[in-house]
Amino acid sequence: MSTYDASFRVWRGDTGGGELTNFTVEVNDGEVVLDIIHRLQATQAPDLAVRWNCKAGKCGSCSAEVNGRPRLMCMTRMSVFEPSDVITVTPLRAFPVVRDLVTDVSFNYAKAREVPAFVPPQGVAPGEYRMQQLDVERSQEFRKCIECFLCQDTCHVVRDHEENKAAFAGPRFLMRVAELDMHPLDAAAETGLDRKRTAQDEHGLGYCNITKCCTEVCPEHIKITDNALIPLKERAVDRTYDPLVWLGNKIRRRNS
Amino acid sequence: MTQLERQQWDVVVVGAGGAGLRAAIEARERGARTAVICKSLFGKAHTVMAEGGIAASMGNVNSGDNWQVHFRDTLRGGKFLNQWRMAELHAREAPDRVWELETWGALFDRTPDGRISQRNFGGHEYPRLAHVGDRTGLELIRTLQQKIVSLQQEDKKEFGDYEARLKVFQECTVTRVLKDASDSADASGGRVSGAFCYERESGRFFVLEAPAVVLATGGIGKSFKVTSNSWEYTGDGHALALLAGAPLLNMEFVQFHPTGMVWPPSVKGILVTESVRGDGGVLRNSEGKRFMFDYVPDVFKEKYAESEEEGDRWYEDPDHNRRPPELLPRDEVARAINAEVKAGRGSPHGGVFLDVSTRMPAEVIRRRLPSMYHQFKELADVDITAEAMEVGPTCHYVMGGIAVESDTAAARGVPGLFAAGEVAGGMHGSNRLGGNSLSDLLVFGRRAGLHAAEYAASLAGRPAVDEIQIDAAAAEALRPFSAEAPEDGSPVENPYTLHQELQQAMNDLVGIIRREGEMHQALRKLAELRARARRAGVEGHRQFNPGWHLALDLRNMLLVSECVARAALERTESRGGHTREDWPGMDRAWRRVNLLCHLADPTEGLAPSESERGQIRLEREESDPIRADLLSLFEKEELVKYLAEEELKS
Repeated sequence: MSTYDASFRVWRGDTGGGELTNFTVEVNDGEVVLDIIHRLQATQAPDLAVRWNCKAGKCGSCSAEVNGRPRLMCMTRMSVFEPSDVITVTPLRAFPVVRDLVTDVSFNYAKAREVPAFVPPQGVAPGEYRMQQLDVERSQEFRKCIECFLCQDTCHVVRDHEENKAAFAGPRFLMRVAELDMHPLDAAAETGLDRKRTAQDEHGLGYCNITKCCTEVCPEHIKITDNALIPLKERAVDRTYDPLVWLGNKIRRRNS
Repeated sequence: MTQLERQQWDVVVVGAGGAGLRAAIEARERGARTAVICKSLFGKAHTVMAEGGIAASMGNVNSGDNWQVHFRDTLRGGKFLNQWRMAELHAREAPDRVWELETWGALFDRTPDGRISQRNFGGHEYPRLAHVGDRTGLELIRTLQQKIVSLQQEDKKEFGDYEARLKVFQECTVTRVLKDASDSADASGGRVSGAFCYERESGRFFVLEAPAVVLATGGIGKSFKVTSNSWEYTGDGHALALLAGAPLLNMEFVQFHPTGMVWPPSVKGILVTESVRGDGGVLRNSEGKRFMFDYVPDVFKEKYAESEEEGDRWYEDPDHNRRPPELLPRDEVARAINAEVKAGRGSPHGGVFLDVSTRMPAEVIRRRLPSMYHQFKELADVDITAEAMEVGPTCHYVMGGIAVESDTAAARGVPGLFAAGEVAGGMHGSNRLGGNSLSDLLVFGRRAGLHAAEYAASLAGRPAVDEIQIDAAAAEALRPFSAEAPEDGSPVENPYTLHQELQQAMNDLVGIIRREGEMHQALRKLAELRARARRAGVEGHRQFNPGWHLALDLRNMLLVSECVARAALERTESRGGHTREDWPGMDRAWRRVNLLCHLADPTEGLAPSESERGQIRLEREESDPIRADLLSLFEKEELVKYLAEEELKS
């Protein structure tokens, strides 16, 4: 097993400001960036604030920016760096800092509340739901989302534009709108709720100009732009059911 | 009197995993103003890590399934130590709890006729686990989270406030359950009056006053070095209950999941889902042998295949073949892997081989086990479609927990205290079947929420919070900032070091195979750590300070670790998740014995102890006889393997 000392620069500070702090820290075979942050806590900086839970890429807690790229620290292996590299770890830029690597992500929880929930179909009892695998798969892709908020962090609409936050739900929650819109049994339309229209009118879909930054940072490899955002943008002119439009959309989506 | 913010709620739920959220939904729907408090962000609870599925006898894939079969499997898995009424309620109610999730927007994988698909799992006679690929826990937590949001949207419409009747306090920790002062001299009496909490972000203390508290804090795995559990699993609810005067039940039973990653070291312990075996994966040793055929215990002999050919045929034709022994209950498989490695037939990094690459096409593996594919690819550079995984046992789940009434989830001995999910004991007996956890969370989460709401509504007045308890809780929480330096002048203790020593001790001395001498050693080590933990100090201030948080969690880990060690020393037999090298057999006389852990000296609080005497007092209790109609679900020949003579006669 090989071990070496790496140079880390970790942002430390709070709402009042802060700075990058230099550390020299041991790295062992197979470790990830989060292991190194934990080693710093245990040996050099016991009060270094960081969020984490599962350490297996399933909970989406340990989001940060590693050398400027939004990443999950638990899924960023040290082997992708050279031993001579200086590794810089900073908090997510789009959200206000609380302390060190911990940011205030309440923006996301506020946006989550603004998306109207699933509307169960009237007259279908629990246990009587019938859906085909092919039909649930589109929404299932979006439900892989672990809410790490890396897409929210990287999206240029809000990354350096605080003023856009009020009107823009961000990729994660526009994708939530798409997920519900594609749910085979969602009965929103029957209650007069047009999810596609609200994406545009209430959740700021128009701000998105499909640069695909969100897709690039998604640790679950969800095709946010191609499979969620673009279909939301494609409002059929005539919204009554048209099998040809439906088929066309399907074929194109599968090829993408 | 400590000045701090106080809020009044009807029900406070501690923990926001599957059980906590389901309890909160139920309590709120029953009209109780409900607060949920959790250590992490909303939606990050340990439930997200559950992979395989939710066990419920819907019979969608094999119509032979029903609640009676599920009940039988659960008792067999638990080696008949289960609190049988809980196992009955669980088996009966699980299908409704799953179907209900669909009405809240959950999207499970489907059968060809459009119903919820169900997969095979260890110890389950029929395909029974509702699932979404291998990320079922994520689907469960997200569905419950979104249901909570939808209830908040309703409240926003009605009251103009999302949090009028249901609020989530995220990134907050409860350090004490408070009780009324009516008989504060005797901590084993008194009714729940609230919870003492701090906000992790600011370090600010606050009190949630409530007549009913539901503990849904999950497990204790962070007391062990190799574990599949996240940092939150520090036994908080177990400790809160003990400190409030409620006993814990059968804490010696700890499940070591047979398949955790073993390499690289930094990911050692991370779970490899049982679905890998449920879907056809096999275990091999370094000689390439499918060794599980050598490890089928007598009680399961008739139910498992005797040849690889028969086992392989079972996947296609389960009615005429018996299942492969890779699908034995988890305790059996974990012990077998342990034995193979010990015998020198392990893999290069000290595990065994788990192989799907030769069993299914790469494309099928990627579709059915997408998380596993990514996990190995990204963390270990292993392509599971082309080569075998290396796996070994990892601490995964505690069967023991707060002793509860089966029907109401009420904690015994403390009016107003309820418990559900992993933190509650009894349901799984000595060993839990895979898939029975997610269903447990839903069934008993709902019951806890229901009965907590009813209890809160039934009281004439709210139990008053006791100011003395609040002052004491505040002082206890601040102690790490003024830790006493030892007299010899050495520096204060580092909480991270104490934690690592605790994990190493539990792993080595009270792990998968237990010996009397080692457990005595463990108790001595725990006494030493307890004394040193009094001197655990922290740097910095109260704002989001992980060193301080850990120093506070240490109290809980030390308490539950002592429960595990003490009960494990007491139970002189091997059963399920408790294996004694010096007592290798299962003893029918022990089947009816429950071991209850009490706080030894409730009034004294947590004085450090010089000796092995420690903080925990054990009590033996005989469990209720299993109801006759439930016993009649089994053949007599099977029952004689578990039950004593006199139990069979009645």
